This record gives sequence, structure tokens and C-alpha cells, in this order.
Amino acid sequence: MKARVFITLKSGVLDPQGKAIHHALEGLGFSGVNDVRAGKLIELDLAETTSDSEIEDMCRKLLANTVIENFRIERLENA
Amino acid sequence: MKSAVIVFPGSNCDRDLAVALEQVTGRKPEMVWHKEAELPLGIDFIGIPGGFSYGDYLRSGAMAARSPVMGAVKDAASRGVPVIGICNGFQVLTETGLLPGALMRNAGLSFVCRGVRLKVENSQSLFTSGYHSGEEIVFPVAHHDGNYQADEGTLDRLEGEGRVAFRYLEECNGSARDIAGILNDAGNVLGLMPHPERVIEPAHGGDDGRRLFEGLLETIAA
Repeated sequence: MKARVFITLKSGVLDPQGKAIHHALEGLGFSGVNDVRAGKLIELDLAETTSDSEIEDMCRKLLANTVIENFRIERLENA
Repeated sequence: MKSAVIVFPGSNCDRDLAVALEQVTGRKPEMVWHKEAELPLGIDFIGIPGGFSYGDYLRSGAMAARSPVMGAVKDAASRGVPVIGICNGFQVLTETGLLPGALMRNAGLSFVCRGVRLKVENSQSLFTSGYHSGEEIVFPVAHHDGNYQADEGTLDRLEGEGRVAFRYLEECNGSARDIAGILNDAGNVLGLMPHPERVIEPAHGGDDGRRLFEGLLETIAA
């Protein structure tokens, strides 16, 4: 079983990398980009028996820094 | 004073810190590898050095914060043993939860590497007794992720409790309220981005950092 963990900066936390990407997109002539926030995607290949709460535990203990980041877990069944 | 310097794969200021400690205390520190689950007996002081532990993978300091030795460092800190985290060491301390907040990518996105002017905000701590409050000093910085951020409530608490030890006197990395170094609530854990261990004798281009270690030694010996 695979799971994807999406890690994003909490709203209100300044994202200098997102800002730089935003400026670069504007520099390439893409208008209408209101904001850019950069995050991380972590793919986990897990034992079938892994519970949701175990994955959440992994996020809280290591994958995300919950002081500044949010996480969202997506289980990919049959993957 | 018997000190320990924690060494992670990717630490690169461990020797500088060891030299500073040896010069000031007259005794070589114990170098403790990150896989050790216990510290040597009778350690009076723990230093977590700068560098790029685990290549800054995931987040700066994130992997190091979960290594076996940090359990022992946390125990020692809770018993009141003074702990200093410099640069990557500061990042490790926030990742372990020993200090509040987080160190994010510099607001200007560039790696900053230069001497910066700092103000000593609190000279009453274990680590800053060698300075006067309000004194201006210069320490070098060398980091990419030194942008200190915490929620407003935490920042207000740090200020109100005199836990901002050092503040930048010039734009450096975008840190909230120009915070360069903070103390834990008990006052025995200090994290700072600038490097006092790199300025301990005039040949380094300055010796403002020496008094941090001298003050600490005096307080611990007293």
C-alpha cells in the first residue's frame, strides 16, 4: 500500500521560495498568478497493515514540523 | 568544566567549538557521536555545533533532532545542564522542541556569510554574563536557514521573559523581531545562529565570542 503525504506551510508563514517562484513565473510572462506556495510531497510504501493513526504519527514525529507546517495524508489503495 | 560536543554526520563546526572550549576551559571536550544513547558521566556543558547535519535533508536539523544522542541531551537539559546550539545546533534544538519556533529559509533566499552586529539583550543568563546588556558585538554568521519564526504569542512571551539573548542590529535573514538567539524557559538552553566559537582570539578578526565561553565557565564553576 502506498500513501502520499503533502506538507505545506501554514497560512501566514512567509514562504520566500514560493515568492521567488512567483517572481520567476512573472518574469516568464505568465500573468494572473496571484500567489505561489511551495511544499513537499513524500511517498511512502507501507505494509498493508499500517493504520491511519500510524501514518499521522510519522507526520507529527518527523515528516512535518507542525510549528510551521500542515500535512495531509492520501492513501493510494491498490497501488 | 567537563564539556561535550555532539557530532553528527555533516557537522562542520565541531572542531571549532572544541578548540574554543579547550582554550577557555583548559580541557578538551568529549566528542560524542550521534549514535551514542548516553553522554559520558559528569558532563557540565553540552555544545551542539554548526554544520549541515544529514545534508539538511527534510528540514535543517530534522534528522539530527531524532538521533539517539538527542534523547540523552534532552534528559541532561531537563536536569539543568547548560546546552548551547550554534547555527545548525540551534536548528536541531528547535526541531527537538527544546526551544520554541522554527528556522526557515532566509528571507532573501541567499546564503549569508559575514560578520553581523548583534545586541546583547540579556546579560543575566548563564551564557551572557560576560557581556553588558545592550552591548554591541560582532559574530560571524554562515547560514541559509536562519530566519527565526514563531507565532506572535510565543514571540511576546520570549520578549517578556527576557529570553531573547541576542538581536541582529542589521538586516540578516528576515528573522521575526530580528531575533538572533533565544533561551529556554529555564534559562539553561541557548540557541543562536551566529558563531561565537569563530571569534575567540584577535587572529580570528575579533574575539567577541570568547566572553560567552568565559562567562559560562565562571557561572558553572561558581
